[in-house]
Amino acid sequence: MTKETQEFWRWSEKNWRAPGLDWRDASVVAAGIDVGSVSSQAVILVDGELFAYHSTRTGSNSPDSAKRTLAGAMEGTGMTLDDVNHIVGTGYGRVNVPFANRAITEIACHARGANFMIGPTVRTILDMGGQDCKVIRCDEKGKVQNFIMNDKCAAGTGRGMEVIADTLGVSVEDIGRRSFEIDEEPAPVSNVCTVFAKSEATALLKVGWSINRVLAAYCAAMAERVAGLIDRLGMEPDFFITGGIAKNAGVVVRIERLVGRRAVPLPEDTNFDPQIAGALGAALFADALYRKEQRVAAAR
Amino acid sequence: MRNADKGLEMIVVGIDVGSKNIKIVALRDGEVAARVNVSSGFDQAESARVGLEKAAAELGIGFDQFDFAVATGVGRKAVAFADHVLTEVAADARGAVELDPEARTVIDVGADEARAIRIDGGGKVLDFAVNEKCAAGAGAFVEAMSRALEVSLETFGEISLESTESIPMNAQCTVFAESEVVSLIHSNTAQKDIARAVHDSMAGRVSAMVRRAGLHGVVVIGGGVAHNVGFVKALKDTLDVAELRVLPHPEYLGALGAALVAADKAAEGASIADEA
Repeated sequence: MTKETQEFWRWSEKNWRAPGLDWRDASVVAAGIDVGSVSSQAVILVDGELFAYHSTRTGSNSPDSAKRTLAGAMEGTGMTLDDVNHIVGTGYGRVNVPFANRAITEIACHARGANFMIGPTVRTILDMGGQDCKVIRCDEKGKVQNFIMNDKCAAGTGRGMEVIADTLGVSVEDIGRRSFEIDEEPAPVSNVCTVFAKSEATALLKVGWSINRVLAAYCAAMAERVAGLIDRLGMEPDFFITGGIAKNAGVVVRIERLVGRRAVPLPEDTNFDPQIAGALGAALFADALYRKEQRVAAAR
Repeated sequence: MRNADKGLEMIVVGIDVGSKNIKIVALRDGEVAARVNVSSGFDQAESARVGLEKAAAELGIGFDQFDFAVATGVGRKAVAFADHVLTEVAADARGAVELDPEARTVIDVGADEARAIRIDGGGKVLDFAVNEKCAAGAGAFVEAMSRALEVSLETFGEISLESTESIPMNAQCTVFAESEVVSLIHSNTAQKDIARAVHDSMAGRVSAMVRRAGLHGVVVIGGGVAHNVGFVKALKDTLDVAELRVLPHPEYLGALGAALVAADKAAEGASIADEA
């Protein structure tokens, strides 16, 4: 790809499958599909265990994106839609998941997913998504108690990060690492408007700042914005970060500095990805809903 | 020695250093003698000097022969040669009351900022509201949308007047609205209807700001965005006013206000000199 046509905002799609787990022996196959404004994820659980997941970019058509991401998760497993007992849709496009048995808000799903990934100690979840940012407070069961969100403004969202990736010609996945390759932490750029932050970034390059230093100033602005949201809801440990930006250390570390607390890392022996928390929560709901249906049917 | 001290005509200048353009108005004995508009670029101080040189050349005087210079605008502190600095609100109020003595609500929509100012009959500022934090309530918003639609800003404003269908826009943020406009294009929505939706959306935000400052009496609009006929129409409808007067040479509103203040200051200085 030439430099002009390279899509710096593009992050790699992800596909994972549990080795040695056979869905054919299972009694419950449940799926969760999270159709976000920027990315779509599908998670498949087999008897309550993580079996497969897939992450892809959301297209202009939500039902298509839902189908595509579920097909991605099932690919090569021999599983078809008919083999899935129950499906829950979540995310911005949740009402447009054609084959879902139910739609549940992404707030409930992220809390549930985070509880499954980290355990009952998680109380504050920061979900940094493509077009919104939420802080969620939950109990030991992963049940939502309170939340606060910004879904009006690109500052502090993944989309804002993609904009700067394109502006500076740096792959979005390299931003975090490069933002630390600096001599001294610079002052943040505008933390209120991505459009203004972008102009500021361009102006800083013109006056001789290195790209890495501008990235640091941009990540710092995003962290400030998000830390403000956390402050409004209040921080109660354990603190966990989900969503695509959770993978950008440039933002995560700066948030941790501002709120004065480290986020719980994902356990090393798992294959979780923070971006699938919503879809995972949806799949857990699907699993529970199906079991409940079975119980009700059996009792009749 | 300054011109006024030599019994010559008095030449003063107002410099409005905006985020995108620098506007300069020079007055010769109180009458507008030159208007200059240069891009702000990355070095506002240098761009302001270039603009002032241009204005001086038009007047046939030297760069340092202005009797008084007043700077305003977001980058006003970059103008090293200014004798005085003025806030944008004060400059707009002064300029508006000069251009239209009946004006009581003054709206100024620039590239990155917007202001609404409530003034009395003497041009005194009673209240004001500013948006300088978010591109969605300023010219940058419309500019980004016209770019997404690949039409010139001028055409964008004009076609919006031909729209017959009002479609709501969900996104508030400029970045999100860009994606929304792209999906509207993909779903074959008519350009004119998209243009109108964009102007309606921005008018909604600007009118909310106007109401914070207090809408009363004759409403006038200045700033570069006042050239956009589609936006002006949408704002007039959203404000629900019988008339929204577009000031002449709207982008020079702040620079004119600054120049008028410069003339006042120069006259004060001259009278002090006379007494001494």
